Amino acid sequence: MGDDHQQVPGGAQLHRNTLSRPVRTFRVKMVLLGSSGVGKSSLALRFVKDEFRNTSPTVGCAYLTRVVHLNHATLRFEIWDTAGQEKYHSVTPLYYRGAHAALLVYDISKRETFIRAQVWLKELQTHYIPGSTVIWLVGNKGDLEEVRQVSAQEGQNLADEKGLLFTETSALSGEQISELLLDVAHRVYECIGAQQGGLSEWQETPFVHMHHRNTSNPLASCCKVGP
Amino acid sequence: MERDNHQEGEAEGVKICDPPSESNPPADTLATSLSLLGNHMFPDPVERNDSATVNKEEPADSLPSVDTAEEQSQDANLDSNQVTKLEAEETENSGQCHSDVSSQSQSSEDAAADNGQGDSGEFVVTMLAKAKLEEQGIGVKGRSSPLLEAGTQESPAFISHRDEDVTADSWRQHRKHVFVLSEAGKPIYSRYGSEEALSSTMGVMMALVSFVQSGDNIIRSVYSEGHTVVFLQKGPLVLVCVSSSRQSERQLRGELLYVYYQIISMLTQASISRIFEHKKNYDLRRLLAGSEKILDGLLNLVDSDPSFLLAAVHCLPIASSLRDSLSQILQKAITPNLVFSILIANNQLLTIIQEKTVIEDARLEPADVHLLLNLIGASSAFQAGEIWTPICLPLFNPDCYFYAYISYLDPPECTVCLLLLSTDKEAFYAVAECKRKIEEAMVAQNSLSLIAKVQSYSVSQVGVSDLRHFMYKPFDVPDNYRQLTQFTSPEMEAPYSSEEEKMRLLDLYRYMHSRIHSTSRPLKLIYHVAERETLLAWVTSKFELYTCFSPLVTKACAITAITKLLRWIKKEEDRLFIRYPPKYSTTPNPSKSSRGGKSDQQDSTDNGFLSLL
Repeated sequence: MGDDHQQVPGGAQLHRNTLSRPVRTFRVKMVLLGSSGVGKSSLALRFVKDEFRNTSPTVGCAYLTRVVHLNHATLRFEIWDTAGQEKYHSVTPLYYRGAHAALLVYDISKRETFIRAQVWLKELQTHYIPGSTVIWLVGNKGDLEEVRQVSAQEGQNLADEKGLLFTETSALSGEQISELLLDVAHRVYECIGAQQGGLSEWQETPFVHMHHRNTSNPLASCCKVGP
Repeated sequence: MERDNHQEGEAEGVKICDPPSESNPPADTLATSLSLLGNHMFPDPVERNDSATVNKEEPADSLPSVDTAEEQSQDANLDSNQVTKLEAEETENSGQCHSDVSSQSQSSEDAAADNGQGDSGEFVVTMLAKAKLEEQGIGVKGRSSPLLEAGTQESPAFISHRDEDVTADSWRQHRKHVFVLSEAGKPIYSRYGSEEALSSTMGVMMALVSFVQSGDNIIRSVYSEGHTVVFLQKGPLVLVCVSSSRQSERQLRGELLYVYYQIISMLTQASISRIFEHKKNYDLRRLLAGSEKILDGLLNLVDSDPSFLLAAVHCLPIASSLRDSLSQILQKAITPNLVFSILIANNQLLTIIQEKTVIEDARLEPADVHLLLNLIGASSAFQAGEIWTPICLPLFNPDCYFYAYISYLDPPECTVCLLLLSTDKEAFYAVAECKRKIEEAMVAQNSLSLIAKVQSYSVSQVGVSDLRHFMYKPFDVPDNYRQLTQFTSPEMEAPYSSEEEKMRLLDLYRYMHSRIHSTSRPLKLIYHVAERETLLAWVTSKFELYTCFSPLVTKACAITAITKLLRWIKKEEDRLFIRYPPKYSTTPNPSKSSRGGKSDQQDSTDNGFLSLL
């Protein structure tokens, strides 16, 4: 099931400009979780602007948006880039509640962040019904190969065991970033978008809280990656 | 016995301690002595033999008190106990536990020898006071302190002075050190150098605090020739400032209070108390990880921005019509539970509007605004998107969180920042919608380009030739009662354009401020001829004013100039200040802003001023 991080779904592209296609636009809430300093904000910045900057520790949570065009639909990603700092943990549920996608980010050069990601996973799973959220394990800082502490295989194994998807990325070099976003988009669209009321449609003046419907569709039943 | 010693010490302090400050010794003596409880612990014959302090204090006082400490301790090795007792200490009082500290005691002996003092107990104080803090080197050189083993997890990657070598001279020469520690002696924050490396130094500080505490007393400050050490205890936190800046103790304590408030703003007072009730030796750095930059930024601002000294907010001078139109834009974009809308440009206030009912029983304090501005300034992360974060305004309510929405309106320049504070943590989408409305209205009115043209003003606009700079802070008068305290000040221009010169002028202002606000002999007016300029500071019931003139100005000239200046400020006040912060109600009918009659404060006080002389 899990897709190896080196495989890129062929042929798919991210379209930044609106293509004139009569497709519906759905809102997708995606949350980035993980320890302080693993690169969540850098990933978010890559997703949104395809830039890399040295960022300061996030205060609270940063909210960014990015539109991804798929063949049959357009997804408007509302990215919640949470602070990894412990002082904000008590408010993090505020940010991940109702998320359609959760990226559990760790730093491949720091084992404790890998362990921390598993704690986040537990927390997510106790609060939310598995299957209603696409959970993706992301080993970031792939550029730090020489000081790697967590092997790609370990990440893959954990993902397999817990029924997650797995990718290694580098926000610094940009490697696997757009692929990851596209994979998440496909997966969310297939798993949740297909369900009745799974994704709400994006209106130009959105003033609705996102209501996330619980579904009985387990994640494992729809785990094919790629278009 | 120990108690007696303390009382004796206090008595000594009252009589003989005077601060090393260059100012009015006779008047200050009382004030400082009040604050110098525990100062008897600082006998340093080498440093202080210009005063009577040494003779009286040293033999009579410190030696016995050290002896007492020794008696208290169950082990003989006093100096090491002094240094490390906090490390081993689980209970907060001055129980002096023994731990293995060979190298520390060795270094303490060295230090004591340096000072020509055989008594090892004294070295603790001496060293602290001189900010030499010799012993912390041991912490760095491989010996991990027992303190560090507990909860230290990954320390986030920090740059610059976090990695500073705390044994280096350059570290000691910093103008102002600030340390935060817990009552159990655990390091929480150090402005320079890593907390780990400084754990034993902080242990010494805590030893001092709890030693004095054990005598039912509170240590407030220690003076040495070049340094002032100020202690502030707030709940379970101890804040220490070691400064060579010549600022008054009161000013330094005020700065420590800002540091405390900034910590509270991130964690709330209630949760800090709760944490330490549960676990006395909790490592608070876990919760502050990632926030060091915010504290660093605060301390830099405190040093370079007079807002903190004056406890007032500096707003950007703009035409009152523009300010009004911005306020109206904000006022039209409201949502339930939104309580403050603040518009900021280049880290200065443009306008601020407030929910009516909230502000009726409490007002927004300048310190809270400073903390918010610092938070925005210290975090470049805001530039990436919209931020939604819990934040506490300690003076408003130290135990509760607001939820702050922060977004820049002019990416990618990121100079104009919108800050919306809500009491509802779920309100993100509603508040973000307010921002979109504000953005639209600002585009429609072309506000951003108008704001971009706004600049601070030059002192030359006042039209007084000898006037180089000033700071003017009107007080709470009935006219603007319960409004945000503000001050106005022109750009610092030549000869104060370099960083050094700016700091020198600020130091002069700080000196004038400390004289005006001296607890023992407060002054109303000072005419101070300094080396390269002449300053005049004046406080009345209606305002506080600090002016800086060219050196050769005469007293009469200065007075005429101030009269002119006050008239100018009066004329310009609609531009210089947020005069009538609009209030609104989040119930459907937004209220009109309350406008009161203008007062003619300056006119009447001009006369008062002239008659004073």
